[in-house]
Amino acid sequence: MTALHGVAVRVESCAKTFTDGTHALEPITLDIARGETLVFLGPSGCGKTTMLRIIAGLERPDAGGRVLFNGSDVTKVPIEQRNVGMVFQSYALFPNMNVADNVGYGLKIRGVGHTERKVRIAELVALTGIEGLEQRRIDQLSGGQRQRVALARAVAARPSVLLLDEPLTALDAALRDRLRFELDRLLRALGITTVYVTHDQAEAMALADRVVVMRKGAIAQIGTPRDIYFTPANRFVAEFVGAANLVEARATNGTLTLPGGQLHIADAALTGEVIAMIRPESITVVAAESASLSGRVERISFVGDRQRLAVSGATQKTLMIDTLNTLDIKIGENIGLKVDPAIIRVLPREPQ
Amino acid sequence: MRARVIFFSQFAFTVLVAAFLIVPAVLSMAAGVTTNYFRGIRSGFTLQWVIQVWELYADTIARSFVVALLTLAVTLVVGVPAAYALHVRGGRLSRAIEEIITLPLAIPGLAIALALLLSYGTFSDFRRSSLFIVAGHVVFTLPFMVRSVMAIFSSIDVKTLDESASSLGAAPWRRFRDVIVPNALPGILAGSLMVVTLSLGEFNLTWMLHTPLTKTLPVGLADSYASMRLEVASAYTLVFFVMIIPLLVAMQIFADSGGRKGARK
Repeated sequence: MTALHGVAVRVESCAKTFTDGTHALEPITLDIARGETLVFLGPSGCGKTTMLRIIAGLERPDAGGRVLFNGSDVTKVPIEQRNVGMVFQSYALFPNMNVADNVGYGLKIRGVGHTERKVRIAELVALTGIEGLEQRRIDQLSGGQRQRVALARAVAARPSVLLLDEPLTALDAALRDRLRFELDRLLRALGITTVYVTHDQAEAMALADRVVVMRKGAIAQIGTPRDIYFTPANRFVAEFVGAANLVEARATNGTLTLPGGQLHIADAALTGEVIAMIRPESITVVAAESASLSGRVERISFVGDRQRLAVSGATQKTLMIDTLNTLDIKIGENIGLKVDPAIIRVLPREPQ
Repeated sequence: MRARVIFFSQFAFTVLVAAFLIVPAVLSMAAGVTTNYFRGIRSGFTLQWVIQVWELYADTIARSFVVALLTLAVTLVVGVPAAYALHVRGGRLSRAIEEIITLPLAIPGLAIALALLLSYGTFSDFRRSSLFIVAGHVVFTLPFMVRSVMAIFSSIDVKTLDESASSLGAAPWRRFRDVIVPNALPGILAGSLMVVTLSLGEFNLTWMLHTPLTKTLPVGLADSYASMRLEVASAYTLVFFVMIIPLLVAMQIFADSGGRKGARK
């Protein structure tokens, strides 16, 4: 039932150098499918917001860069003619208008009549769950309500592409979690092409069809949340997305030789110095005697849904392991470790 | 002990304010309705001086208000968009322009007037009309309008509001009208209050620029002080007060309610 609407977006060799000389973006080429939710993920200063603003039309790419909506070049089209919907980190709701007028502003600009506008506003108010707030002033709303109003306002005029710039960052953690699910439901229901910018990897994973991990103005990796998580392209992605143990060791015919024993990896022919990434939750604790790799428990932090162990002696650096919260384990204990070879990701060597 | 010190210093301050601000104002207004000031209040009250002032200077007073309102109109039309552009554009050029606009504050009004006379004094129709004075007043009051509007712009993140309106499809003029101006209203009101007050009270620049046919309130005041009897000059002061105080109070109330609306964020 999700009728896809919106446009396919193509970003073609878009670079951005600001007037003060900072290189915000290296030339980037990227296709966003119609109806897709694409998330730009990266630390602050990685260029993700600049990318969003180029798609929006708030920034011009350097000469040679082009932005295409459904194949037509919109690089020189100002934002007000691009038919985009945008949610800002600060929401930027109009303090001089009430909730209904904020939501209806885009429709008013487009000359939609009063009656039709009312119907559409009612529709959006229901969709975003802000019924009863229509006549409120903006300063009478909570953070979560403002976020919903901003979203309703952005999608009211059925934009070609919805752009969200860290829309949940200004909220507290519990609310952020709840709104993340709601936002996901809403984006699916709208079926609109969506570009989302965040520095929060959990948010990116939960919402994205594809994630673009960015670093220093360039793309570090593009892929589905699972791709990014399980097969990161490099060390940066591995460490930025989720927790990761990066094990540096020598491989001989598919076996890593480690201080605490041995570990098999999937590629049985691999020989040489490697960096292997092992996620904390993919390590299983077994009896020390029967295991090919063992170590000593240094710290235990119980976080409720799981407990995280810091194990020394197994690898050169301390190994992080997530185990069941019911597992009975003591500091100082020697434990055996087992990892499915298929889940160990060998990262390419790169100059650091 | 400490409380007594505070009490007496406050008392002393109050006495000073009364002695140098309120007493002279009241005395000069009283002089305006005294039959003969040198014989004192005993000589009786009269409105003849006030009536005389009104007959002599009604057109001057009216002109002053026209000049003030024209000055306000120009500073609104020029100052508000200028403040918007300077704020949104930012950068070194904007800073430089802001400095240049602010310059007249540091230059004596006489010097500004002289410069205007040197530059445009030869356009005799212009020089002879009240518009010449308006031009001087605009130069002098524009920084107050621009500053006060820019102050409010930097307090409401006008750049993001502008961007969000543009993302909803509003063209520059539309967003200026729908979003920028309504949200900058408290600053615009505060600026307007200052412009009107300054224009009505401006003397030294106006004194240089005026012709016998384009006198304003303060210039007329100086004129009456110099050439009329003391009672007439005092009556003039009285008229000046009566004219300007209700206006100030009204604009203050207006700016206050506007300010409160702006503060509710």
